Amino acid sequence: MPETFRINVNGAEHVVRAEGDTPLLYVLRNDLRLNGPKFGCGLAQCGACTAIVGGEATRTCTFPLSAVGNASVVTLEGLGTVEKPHALQKAFIAEQAAQCGYCTNGMIMTAKALLDRNQHPTSAEIRQALAQNLCRCGTHWRIIRAVQSAAGGI
Amino acid sequence: MNPRSGTRPFACEYSRRQFGQAAAGILLFFSMNPGSVLAEIAPGKLPVDLETNKRLDSWLRINPDGTVDVFTGKVEVGQGNITALAQITAEELDVEFERIRMRPTDTAHSPDESYTAGSASIEAGGSALRYAAATARASLLEMAAARMGVPIDSLAVDDGGITSSAGVGRVTYWELASEGLLAREARSDVPLKTSSKRHIVGASVPRLDIPAKVSGGEAFVQDMRLPGMLFGRVVRPAGYGAELTALDDTSAKAMPGVVTVLRDGRFLGVVAQREEQAIAARTALQRAAVWTMPAELPDEAGIADFFRNSADAQVTTVSSRSPTVAAGAVRTLTATYSKPYLAHASIGPSCAIAAIENGVLTIWSHTQGAYPLRTDIAAVMGLSLDKVRIIHAQGAGCYGHNGADDVALDAALLSRAVGGAPVKVQWMRDDEFAWEPFGGAMSIDIQASVAADGSIIDWQYDLWSNSFNMRPGLRGGVNLLAAWHLAQPFQHSPPGEIPLPSGGGDRNAVPYYDFPSQRITEHFLPNMPIRVSAHRSLGAFGNVFAIESFMDELAEIAGADPVEYRLRHLTDDRAKAVIRSVADRANWRSGTKGDGARGRGISFLRYETTKTYVALIADILVDRESSTILLERITAAADSGLIITPNGISNQLEGAIIQGASWSLKEMVRFDRQRVTSRDWATYPILTFPELPEVDVVLLNHPELPPLGAGEAALPPVPAAIANAFFNATGKRLRDLPFDRDRVKATLT
Repeated sequence: MPETFRINVNGAEHVVRAEGDTPLLYVLRNDLRLNGPKFGCGLAQCGACTAIVGGEATRTCTFPLSAVGNASVVTLEGLGTVEKPHALQKAFIAEQAAQCGYCTNGMIMTAKALLDRNQHPTSAEIRQALAQNLCRCGTHWRIIRAVQSAAGGI
Repeated sequence: MNPRSGTRPFACEYSRRQFGQAAAGILLFFSMNPGSVLAEIAPGKLPVDLETNKRLDSWLRINPDGTVDVFTGKVEVGQGNITALAQITAEELDVEFERIRMRPTDTAHSPDESYTAGSASIEAGGSALRYAAATARASLLEMAAARMGVPIDSLAVDDGGITSSAGVGRVTYWELASEGLLAREARSDVPLKTSSKRHIVGASVPRLDIPAKVSGGEAFVQDMRLPGMLFGRVVRPAGYGAELTALDDTSAKAMPGVVTVLRDGRFLGVVAQREEQAIAARTALQRAAVWTMPAELPDEAGIADFFRNSADAQVTTVSSRSPTVAAGAVRTLTATYSKPYLAHASIGPSCAIAAIENGVLTIWSHTQGAYPLRTDIAAVMGLSLDKVRIIHAQGAGCYGHNGADDVALDAALLSRAVGGAPVKVQWMRDDEFAWEPFGGAMSIDIQASVAADGSIIDWQYDLWSNSFNMRPGLRGGVNLLAAWHLAQPFQHSPPGEIPLPSGGGDRNAVPYYDFPSQRITEHFLPNMPIRVSAHRSLGAFGNVFAIESFMDELAEIAGADPVEYRLRHLTDDRAKAVIRSVADRANWRSGTKGDGARGRGISFLRYETTKTYVALIADILVDRESSTILLERITAAADSGLIITPNGISNQLEGAIIQGASWSLKEMVRFDRQRVTSRDWATYPILTFPELPEVDVVLLNHPELPPLGAGEAALPPVPAAIANAFFNATGKRLRDLPFDRDRVKATLT
């Protein structure tokens, strides 16, 4: 049966009504109309759906709504806007670190969680942090450079 | 919601202002690749895409508010072509880049430029826009001259502002903008800007679509939401030929939010209020459905034999030169190569939204060919063409014909099942892997004879391949998945080849080297046990792997340096220049032997023999303990004529190299006798961040020459460069893709 949940997303409280086992991804995309997190596999394999839940980069395609609780959820939209971009968003534009851009959300959100715990990661540390994030277009090096550049500017 | 209105505020518009078998032989589909016509237009001729859509107002609209709308039949597939097309238009029209608004392809009004494929957007779409813009500029100048009472040749344009050297004031494009202004045809005799006067073309303009993609903007069809929109999912058969023998859908129908369950033959789908409800109902239907499972597929490990034993192969000599073996041969060598089926494996599963209103079916789709898709959709839905409208909206990178078109029909069928309400359908991950049309497997034999000095004097090449083009819109059938599964099924069109120089399975099968005698033979196989179609670079990946690997084998026999050996067999200076350039950049030293672990190899192609030149050097490390190849570095040099966007072209080349590395080392579609078994990223692994080679690309710019298609060019040379490096390191040849652990282990023992 659907239940009512209160969740904190990008600093605002939201009330949503859905089954508790609904993957958070669909709530973010369809109830909250957020475009950042993307459906890529539904299997927690690719990382396209990543959001930060309680400070951790989380695969929202398999993370149930009922498990959010009081943890704050931050999506790509919560980092910044085109007008006021976060250092990572600015760096991804400056480095033109996208081809199709479908994986970009997961790259930026995973990098955000990395930079939150390690302000100056090495290239090897960035590659390790993104080891479970898949990019099909081959934009990897630009992504690495963007993360390094954002780290330099944070 | 009125799907007919062209003004829906969906942000799929790009501007910097806004965002900052064939019965009788092989069928040839001449409509497939207009881009194979070079951008060098013969005098008195218009570019092909413009010839078929001559009216300027089908390409451009000059607006009183100081903006320019650009209508193109080419679509953004995540490679930046739309930004480059905007640059070309702004340049030729003489307006600043920021004024350009690129409108997504819409069959209601956009020029029909067929598919966005084959690295042809710039050569074909770009040259069309260039002539359209140049004619528009000339028309505006004529009007200004008349209004100002001065001769045309006294006029100069700066960002749409027209001034006369006679000093009689100024008039702007925006003031001249009026209905009917561009109601005229493009001309082939208009003056075009020369390279010295360009300032937008050749500049690294930031991609128009990236800001939305890094900030959660509405960038993809997946991000579109229409009022009252429902969510659909499909339940595919258990295998290609599986029949549905029983289905009790009562419990699925009773699930929360389920609006309808559609069964038509062996096409099964569900529509629900919420997305997770549609997914849950799909799972329930999968459990409820009972399928026959014929063991209809060939042995995965025996595809080459399966091809070679096909009784219906159509054998064609695609190229021959002095087909008798030249005298003086001192040695003849043979080798056999193969590539497996490869998946497009888009990161975002295919998605579409369909709605029907007032008898008109509108579909938002990330198709590569809105017009060809419309043709097939109309046939299946029993509608006339004017009752079907396809509007392009971006999807994830497709790399060829993936599920994009199929899901458009899925959405249309499901929308019709709910009275035309808007339905968004996104495939699940296993739908995409199991059902997309793959890039076909290939088997190749080469035999070469060499003279006393080691030079090649005869080259005999045989390739076995299925079609690389089973896209929608082809004659004699419907190429959409669900159409084949309906109670009254449609048949796919007869498989055909694409003529050279573009080619399909035989793309780049004709070597770019100058051999005195050669014969290239294609064994075209109409029977397709595994679904196949266009996959990035088509047959070139397999062909260039074979040709460039064998060149390395022959150089070895000749006792020649692989770089020198290639140069020896080439006459085209641009080809030699890219090889020399990459050798310099990578500090290639003749005669350097690998040490059992480290090695380096070179490979070269001219894409489609008419497009971009690429030479690659791979540096690898062979880890014998784990039987793996570690890619240390791939160095590339490329000549694609005039560079429109240096950063964009680097991005394409780097990306193609990394994707090529992934195909080479890791990728192979797995299947058993009943079904495709690659169904997720665990069963179809791709290259990950820790496995990346360093990539270094040198661009050779030729502003005086026409631009050449580059999007796919760097992929085909990758596997041979790696295999040649492996030989350099270990003295062993890898002749079958992929070079995964099992293959490396088997080759080393």
